[in-house]
Amino acid sequence: MALATVTRTWGSAPRRAGSHMAVAEGGDFTGSVSGGCVESAVIHAAMEVMESGDPQRLKFGVTNEMAWEVGLACGGEVEIYVEAVR
Amino acid sequence: MRPALLDTLLEAQRSGRSVVLATRLSDGAQELVEIGPAGAREPRTIAGVSADQVYAALRAEEAQVAETADGPVLLRPYTVPRRLLVVGAVHIAQVLARTSSEVGLPATIIDPREGFATPERFPGAELVRAWPDQALERIGLDARSALVVLAHDPKIDDPALTAALGSDAFYIGALGGRKTRRTRRQRLIEAGFSAEAVDRIHSPVGLSIGARTPAEIALSILAQIIDVIRNPGASPLAR
Repeated sequence: MALATVTRTWGSAPRRAGSHMAVAEGGDFTGSVSGGCVESAVIHAAMEVMESGDPQRLKFGVTNEMAWEVGLACGGEVEIYVEAVR
Repeated sequence: MRPALLDTLLEAQRSGRSVVLATRLSDGAQELVEIGPAGAREPRTIAGVSADQVYAALRAEEAQVAETADGPVLLRPYTVPRRLLVVGAVHIAQVLARTSSEVGLPATIIDPREGFATPERFPGAELVRAWPDQALERIGLDARSALVVLAHDPKIDDPALTAALGSDAFYIGALGGRKTRRTRRQRLIEAGFSAEAVDRIHSPVGLSIGARTPAEIALSILAQIIDVIRNPGASPLAR
Protein backbone atom coordinates (compact mmCIF):
# COMPACT_ATOMS: atom_id res chain seq x y z
CA MET A 1 0.00 0.00 0.00
CA ALA A 2 1.04 3.60 -0.53
CA LEU A 3 -0.22 6.69 1.27
CA ALA A 4 -0.51 10.11 -0.41
CA THR A 5 -0.87 13.20 1.79
CA VAL A 6 -1.52 16.82 0.80
CA THR A 7 1.35 18.74 2.43
CA ARG A 8 0.67 22.30 1.24
CA THR A 9 -1.78 24.17 -0.93
CA TRP A 10 -1.71 27.62 -2.55
CA GLY A 11 -4.72 29.50 -3.81
CA SER A 12 -7.93 27.64 -4.48
CA ALA A 13 -7.37 23.95 -3.80
CA PRO A 14 -10.16 21.43 -3.29
CA ARG A 15 -8.61 19.39 -0.45
CA ARG A 16 -6.93 20.79 2.64
CA ALA A 17 -3.42 20.02 3.83
CA GLY A 18 -3.38 16.66 5.61
CA SER A 19 -5.93 15.03 3.28
CA HIS A 20 -5.08 11.41 2.55
CA MET A 21 -5.48 8.99 -0.29
CA ALA A 22 -4.48 5.33 0.13
CA VAL A 23 -3.55 3.28 -2.93
CA ALA A 24 -3.45 -0.53 -3.00
CA GLU A 25 -1.00 -2.52 -5.11
CA GLY A 26 -3.68 -3.27 -7.69
CA GLY A 27 -4.47 0.43 -8.11
CA ASP A 28 -7.65 0.52 -6.03
CA PHE A 29 -7.77 3.72 -4.01
CA THR A 30 -9.77 5.40 -1.28
CA GLY A 31 -9.83 8.99 -0.04
CA SER A 32 -8.75 11.96 -2.16
CA VAL A 33 -6.06 14.60 -2.55
CA SER A 34 -7.95 16.86 -4.99
CA GLY A 35 -11.35 17.08 -6.59
CA GLY A 36 -10.40 14.19 -8.83
CA CYS A 37 -8.13 16.18 -11.14
CA VAL A 38 -4.71 14.84 -10.10
CA GLU A 39 -5.68 11.47 -8.63
CA SER A 40 -4.59 9.47 -11.70
CA ALA A 41 -1.12 11.00 -11.63
CA VAL A 42 -0.85 10.35 -7.89
CA ILE A 43 -1.87 6.69 -8.35
CA HIS A 44 0.86 6.38 -10.98
CA ALA A 45 3.41 7.84 -8.55
CA ALA A 46 2.10 5.53 -5.80
CA MET A 47 2.85 2.51 -8.01
CA GLU A 48 6.44 3.70 -8.45
CA VAL A 49 6.78 4.35 -4.72
CA MET A 50 5.51 0.86 -3.84
CA GLU A 51 8.04 -0.60 -6.30
CA SER A 52 11.05 1.43 -5.15
CA GLY A 53 10.21 2.14 -1.51
CA ASP A 54 11.42 5.73 -1.98
CA PRO A 55 8.93 8.50 -1.17
CA GLN A 56 8.06 11.12 -3.80
CA ARG A 57 7.08 14.77 -3.56
CA LEU A 58 4.70 15.95 -6.26
CA LYS A 59 3.52 19.41 -7.09
CA PHE A 60 0.57 20.28 -9.30
CA GLY A 61 -0.57 23.72 -10.36
CA VAL A 62 -1.57 25.81 -13.29
CA THR A 63 2.08 26.54 -14.06
CA ASN A 64 2.86 22.84 -14.19
CA GLU A 65 2.54 21.14 -17.57
CA MET A 66 1.49 17.87 -15.97
CA ALA A 67 -1.41 19.63 -14.25
CA TRP A 68 -2.71 20.92 -17.55
CA GLU A 69 -2.61 17.38 -18.86
CA VAL A 70 -4.47 15.94 -15.88
CA GLY A 71 -6.65 18.99 -15.61
CA LEU A 72 -6.29 20.95 -12.35
CA ALA A 73 -9.09 23.33 -13.22
CA CYS A 74 -9.41 25.19 -9.93
CA GLY A 75 -6.39 27.40 -10.54
CA GLY A 76 -4.69 26.49 -7.28
CA GLU A 77 -1.51 24.61 -6.50
CA VAL A 78 -1.10 21.51 -4.41
CA GLU A 79 1.94 19.68 -3.06
CA ILE A 80 1.60 15.98 -2.30
CA TYR A 81 3.84 13.52 -0.44
CA VAL A 82 3.61 9.87 -1.48
CA GLU A 83 5.09 7.14 0.72
CA ALA A 84 5.01 3.36 0.80
CA VAL A 85 3.52 1.59 3.82
CA ARG A 86 5.81 -1.39 4.33
CA MET B 1 5.63 4.54 6.78
CA ARG B 2 6.27 1.39 8.73
CA PRO B 3 3.15 -0.73 9.36
CA ALA B 4 3.92 -0.72 13.10
CA LEU B 5 3.72 3.09 13.11
CA LEU B 6 0.41 2.98 11.24
CA ASP B 7 -0.90 0.48 13.82
CA THR B 8 0.11 2.80 16.67
CA LEU B 9 -1.61 5.69 14.92
CA LEU B 10 -4.83 3.73 14.38
CA GLU B 11 -4.78 2.49 17.98
CA ALA B 12 -4.47 6.11 19.22
CA GLN B 13 -7.52 7.06 17.15
CA ARG B 14 -9.51 4.11 18.47
CA SER B 15 -8.69 4.85 22.10
CA GLY B 16 -9.40 8.60 21.79
CA ARG B 17 -5.83 9.95 22.07
CA SER B 18 -4.71 12.91 19.95
CA VAL B 19 -1.38 12.48 18.14
CA VAL B 20 0.68 14.40 15.60
CA LEU B 21 2.68 12.58 12.93
CA ALA B 22 5.92 14.36 12.00
CA THR B 23 7.33 13.45 8.56
CA ARG B 24 10.56 14.92 7.18
CA LEU B 25 9.82 15.28 3.49
CA SER B 26 13.48 15.16 2.36
CA ASP B 27 14.14 11.60 3.58
CA GLY B 28 10.84 10.24 4.93
CA ALA B 29 11.97 10.08 8.58
CA GLN B 30 8.88 9.82 10.80
CA GLU B 31 7.90 10.11 14.44
CA LEU B 32 4.53 9.97 16.16
CA VAL B 33 4.22 12.60 18.91
CA GLU B 34 1.65 11.75 21.59
CA ILE B 35 -0.13 14.71 23.15
CA GLY B 36 -0.36 14.29 26.92
CA PRO B 37 -2.30 16.31 29.51
CA ALA B 38 0.75 18.56 29.84
CA GLY B 39 0.57 19.40 26.11
CA ALA B 40 2.90 18.60 23.26
CA ARG B 41 6.62 17.84 23.37
CA GLU B 42 9.11 18.33 20.57
CA PRO B 43 9.92 15.34 18.37
CA ARG B 44 12.88 13.35 19.73
CA THR B 45 14.26 12.06 16.44
CA ILE B 46 13.37 14.89 14.06
CA ALA B 47 15.45 17.98 14.74
CA GLY B 48 14.33 21.56 14.40
CA VAL B 49 10.64 21.22 15.28
CA SER B 50 9.41 22.85 18.49
CA ALA B 51 6.70 21.63 20.87
CA ASP B 52 4.81 24.83 20.05
CA GLN B 53 4.74 23.96 16.35
CA VAL B 54 3.43 20.47 17.12
CA TYR B 55 0.74 21.92 19.36
CA ALA B 56 -0.22 24.60 16.82
CA ALA B 57 -0.97 21.94 14.20
CA LEU B 58 -3.12 20.10 16.72
CA ARG B 59 -4.98 23.24 17.81
CA ALA B 60 -5.66 24.28 14.22
CA GLU B 61 -6.64 20.69 13.33
CA GLU B 62 -4.77 21.30 10.12
CA ALA B 63 -1.54 19.83 8.77
CA GLN B 64 1.30 22.35 8.79
CA VAL B 65 4.81 22.39 7.42
CA ALA B 66 7.69 23.36 9.74
CA GLU B 67 10.86 24.53 7.99
CA THR B 68 14.03 23.05 9.53
CA ALA B 69 17.76 22.96 8.65
CA ASP B 70 17.10 19.46 7.24
CA GLY B 71 14.22 20.64 5.07
CA PRO B 72 10.44 20.82 5.52
CA VAL B 73 8.73 18.64 8.12
CA LEU B 74 5.01 17.88 7.74
CA LEU B 75 3.07 17.96 11.02
CA ARG B 76 -0.19 16.06 10.50
CA PRO B 77 -2.54 16.07 13.51
CA TYR B 78 -4.91 13.19 14.21
CA THR B 79 -7.42 14.53 16.70
CA VAL B 80 -10.05 12.66 18.69
CA PRO B 81 -13.15 12.51 16.48
CA ARG B 82 -16.11 14.75 17.34
CA ARG B 83 -19.51 13.21 17.95
CA LEU B 84 -23.17 14.11 17.96
CA LEU B 85 -25.49 13.19 20.82
CA VAL B 86 -29.15 13.24 19.83
CA VAL B 87 -31.82 13.26 22.53
CA GLY B 88 -35.20 12.17 21.21
CA ALA B 89 -35.33 9.21 18.80
CA VAL B 90 -37.72 11.03 16.47
CA HIS B 91 -37.94 11.30 12.69
CA ILE B 92 -35.25 14.04 12.46
CA ALA B 93 -32.97 11.82 14.57
CA GLN B 94 -33.37 9.00 12.04
CA VAL B 95 -31.96 11.23 9.30
CA LEU B 96 -29.17 12.50 11.57
CA ALA B 97 -28.21 8.92 12.48
CA ARG B 98 -27.83 8.06 8.79
CA THR B 99 -25.95 11.18 7.67
CA SER B 100 -24.01 12.83 10.50
CA SER B 101 -21.02 10.48 10.39
CA GLU B 102 -20.47 11.60 6.78
CA VAL B 103 -19.39 14.99 8.15
CA GLY B 104 -17.29 13.51 10.94
CA LEU B 105 -19.97 13.49 13.65
CA PRO B 106 -21.00 9.91 14.38
CA ALA B 107 -24.33 10.00 16.24
CA THR B 108 -25.51 8.42 19.46
CA ILE B 109 -29.31 8.40 19.86
CA ILE B 110 -30.72 8.69 23.38
CA ASP B 111 -34.37 8.13 24.32
CA PRO B 112 -35.91 6.47 27.38
CA ARG B 113 -39.25 5.72 25.74
CA GLU B 114 -40.26 2.25 24.69
CA GLY B 115 -40.42 1.83 20.93
CA PHE B 116 -38.40 4.92 20.01
CA ALA B 117 -34.66 4.12 20.10
CA THR B 118 -34.99 0.70 18.48
CA PRO B 119 -32.65 -1.01 16.00
CA GLU B 120 -35.58 -1.32 13.57
CA ARG B 121 -35.98 2.46 13.46
CA PHE B 122 -32.20 3.13 13.61
CA PRO B 123 -30.39 0.33 11.78
CA GLY B 124 -26.71 0.25 12.70
CA ALA B 125 -26.88 3.32 14.95
CA GLU B 126 -25.48 3.70 18.46
CA LEU B 127 -28.58 3.62 20.70
CA VAL B 128 -29.02 4.34 24.39
CA ARG B 129 -32.41 3.61 25.95
CA ALA B 130 -32.11 5.64 29.14
CA TRP B 131 -32.99 9.00 30.61
CA PRO B 132 -30.69 11.64 29.08
CA ASP B 133 -29.13 12.82 32.36
CA GLN B 134 -28.01 9.27 33.20
CA ALA B 135 -27.00 8.50 29.63
CA LEU B 136 -24.99 11.72 29.24
CA GLU B 137 -23.27 11.24 32.57
CA ARG B 138 -22.14 7.79 31.43
CA ILE B 139 -21.09 8.97 27.96
CA GLY B 140 -19.34 12.11 29.26
CA LEU B 141 -20.05 15.38 27.43
CA ASP B 142 -16.77 17.04 26.48
CA ALA B 143 -15.45 19.75 24.17
CA ARG B 144 -15.63 17.31 21.21
CA SER B 145 -19.36 16.74 21.76
CA ALA B 146 -22.35 18.36 20.08
CA LEU B 147 -25.78 17.83 21.61
CA VAL B 148 -29.17 18.39 20.03
CA VAL B 149 -32.48 17.81 21.80
CA LEU B 150 -35.46 16.90 19.63
CA ALA B 151 -37.93 15.12 21.95
CA HIS B 152 -40.19 18.19 22.28
CA ASP B 153 -40.96 16.99 25.81
CA PRO B 154 -39.50 18.90 28.78
CA LYS B 155 -39.29 15.67 30.81
CA ILE B 156 -36.74 14.39 28.31
CA ASP B 157 -35.23 17.60 26.87
CA ASP B 158 -34.64 19.56 30.10
CA PRO B 159 -32.37 17.04 31.86
CA ALA B 160 -30.29 16.84 28.67
CA LEU B 161 -30.00 20.64 28.40
CA THR B 162 -29.13 20.89 32.11
CA ALA B 163 -26.29 18.39 31.59
CA ALA B 164 -25.12 20.17 28.44
CA LEU B 165 -25.08 23.65 29.97
CA GLY B 166 -22.86 22.30 32.75
CA SER B 167 -20.42 20.85 30.21
CA ASP B 168 -17.88 22.01 27.60
CA ALA B 169 -20.03 20.72 24.71
CA PHE B 170 -19.07 22.79 21.63
CA TYR B 171 -22.63 22.92 20.31
CA ILE B 172 -26.03 22.75 22.01
CA GLY B 173 -29.21 22.88 19.95
CA ALA B 174 -32.87 22.51 20.90
CA LEU B 175 -35.89 22.05 18.68
CA GLY B 176 -38.93 24.17 19.42
CA GLY B 177 -41.13 27.02 18.28
CA ARG B 178 -41.29 30.47 19.78
CA LYS B 179 -43.53 29.55 22.71
CA THR B 180 -41.54 26.41 23.55
CA ARG B 181 -38.33 28.45 23.49
CA ARG B 182 -39.71 31.11 25.82
CA THR B 183 -41.04 28.69 28.43
CA ARG B 184 -37.90 26.53 28.23
CA ARG B 185 -35.68 29.56 28.71
CA GLN B 186 -37.73 30.57 31.74
CA ARG B 187 -37.49 27.08 33.27
CA LEU B 188 -33.71 26.92 32.83
CA ILE B 189 -33.22 30.37 34.34
CA GLU B 190 -35.45 29.39 37.28
CA ALA B 191 -33.31 26.26 37.64
CA GLY B 192 -30.32 28.55 38.29
CA PHE B 193 -28.67 29.08 34.88
CA SER B 194 -27.75 32.62 33.86
CA ALA B 195 -29.36 34.14 30.77
CA GLU B 196 -25.89 34.13 29.19
CA ALA B 197 -25.51 30.39 29.82
CA VAL B 198 -28.93 29.66 28.34
CA ASP B 199 -27.95 31.68 25.26
CA ARG B 200 -25.46 28.90 24.42
CA ILE B 201 -28.47 26.94 23.19
CA HIS B 202 -29.08 27.28 19.46
CA SER B 203 -32.82 27.70 19.14
CA PRO B 204 -34.55 27.79 16.73
CA VAL B 205 -32.25 24.92 15.88
CA GLY B 206 -30.44 24.78 12.55
CA LEU B 207 -29.54 27.35 9.93
CA SER B 208 -32.43 29.41 8.66
CA ILE B 209 -32.98 27.85 5.23
CA GLY B 210 -36.73 27.42 5.44
CA ALA B 211 -36.41 23.71 6.28
CA ARG B 212 -39.76 21.93 6.57
CA THR B 213 -39.35 18.17 6.34
CA PRO B 214 -37.45 16.11 8.94
CA ALA B 215 -34.64 15.54 6.43
CA GLU B 216 -34.38 19.25 5.66
CA ILE B 217 -34.30 20.13 9.36
CA ALA B 218 -31.62 17.48 9.96
CA LEU B 219 -29.49 19.03 7.19
CA SER B 220 -29.96 22.53 8.59
CA ILE B 221 -28.79 21.27 12.01
CA LEU B 222 -25.68 19.62 10.55
CA ALA B 223 -24.95 22.77 8.54
CA GLN B 224 -25.20 24.87 11.70
CA ILE B 225 -22.81 22.55 13.58
CA ILE B 226 -20.32 22.76 10.69
CA ASP B 227 -20.65 26.55 10.80
CA VAL B 228 -19.81 26.52 14.53
CA ILE B 229 -16.78 24.27 13.91
CA ARG B 230 -15.40 26.11 10.90
CA ASN B 231 -16.23 29.70 11.84
CA PRO B 232 -15.68 29.86 15.60
CA GLY B 233 -16.90 33.23 16.86
CA ALA B 234 -16.94 34.71 13.35
CA SER B 235 -19.67 33.14 11.30
CA PRO B 236 -20.41 34.79 7.97
CA LEU B 237 -24.03 33.76 8.56
CA ALA B 238 -26.38 35.80 10.69
CA ARG B 239 -27.47 33.74 13.67
